Amino acid sequence: MKHLKYLLIGVYFGIVLVKGEVISWFRIQEMFHFQSFHMYGVIGSAVVVGAISVALIRMFNLKTIAGEEIKLKGKPFNRIGNLVGGIIFGLGWAFSGACPGPLYALLGVGYWGVLLAIGGALLGTISYGYLKPHLPH
Amino acid sequence: MMDVLMQPWPWYVTGPLLGLMVPLLLFLGNKEFGVSSSLQHMCAATLPLKAGYFRYNWRDSAWNLVMMAGLILGAAIATIYLDGASAPALSEGGHALFASWGLEPVTELQPREIFALESIATPRALISLILGGFLVGFGARYANGCTSGHAIMGLSLLKPGSLVAVIGFFIGGLLVSHFVLPWVMTL
Repeated sequence: MKHLKYLLIGVYFGIVLVKGEVISWFRIQEMFHFQSFHMYGVIGSAVVVGAISVALIRMFNLKTIAGEEIKLKGKPFNRIGNLVGGIIFGLGWAFSGACPGPLYALLGVGYWGVLLAIGGALLGTISYGYLKPHLPH
Repeated sequence: MMDVLMQPWPWYVTGPLLGLMVPLLLFLGNKEFGVSSSLQHMCAATLPLKAGYFRYNWRDSAWNLVMMAGLILGAAIATIYLDGASAPALSEGGHALFASWGLEPVTELQPREIFALESIATPRALISLILGGFLVGFGARYANGCTSGHAIMGLSLLKPGSLVAVIGFFIGGLLVSHFVLPWVMTL
């Protein structure tokens, strides 16, 4: 199966999210109330490791294991979309105490209530899909 | 070794391991890290939706859906074999906050008052889960990324749009967590 490596990367991702308590609703509220450094430390050090990786790839023009040029595109700058979409996302992040990765992970942990949140997220995605042509970006 | 793995992992272990998702995906598959696009792919793959946003070949992004399957599996493995659902090591201030919201004692990873099956018919759980989930899905697609795609991948690439999105995440999160949730928790 050509996608097996992504399954394994996903397993790794899931273990880190759970053991690091990143999927905990309590941790997210604690973060928004500035009562703990934990989540800031997690996100901050993740960005440092990611940024160093990207810098090394650029500096030494590193290739993938298949020998391909690594594409580093990132996402386009949509002034309104990034800000307004970001704020809407943040509202939901605090309401549910979970961003998309944790939504999936909580299913694996067995908190079945999260199915409602995943259903909500899919409805939100569908709504955006239909409204997209009418929204400023 | 097993003992250390069973304990909650501190931020300085968790964060760098999370950041490694960036080079792992780039070196092994030439893919940029991101989670929320999977929501769009699932809709495109399964539902007869007519909007242009869902009309593309989702199979080109099947790797992302496979990664999400792995994510669920990994979370289950961590829960069963590494004591993953135990109570988080919250700060004193955190405990005081949750006491004021009527959620103490904290005995496991999530508040059962919201996430347990027996609680989901309460207004508190319905608002948290359905409204919260809806805004997460809508906002992540409007912003073109979530905490993984913007905060981790986007900031690692030093993209200005991702910084704007992350600032938005915190504006929205602070508003709800400080001014709305204290009320929701009384429902």
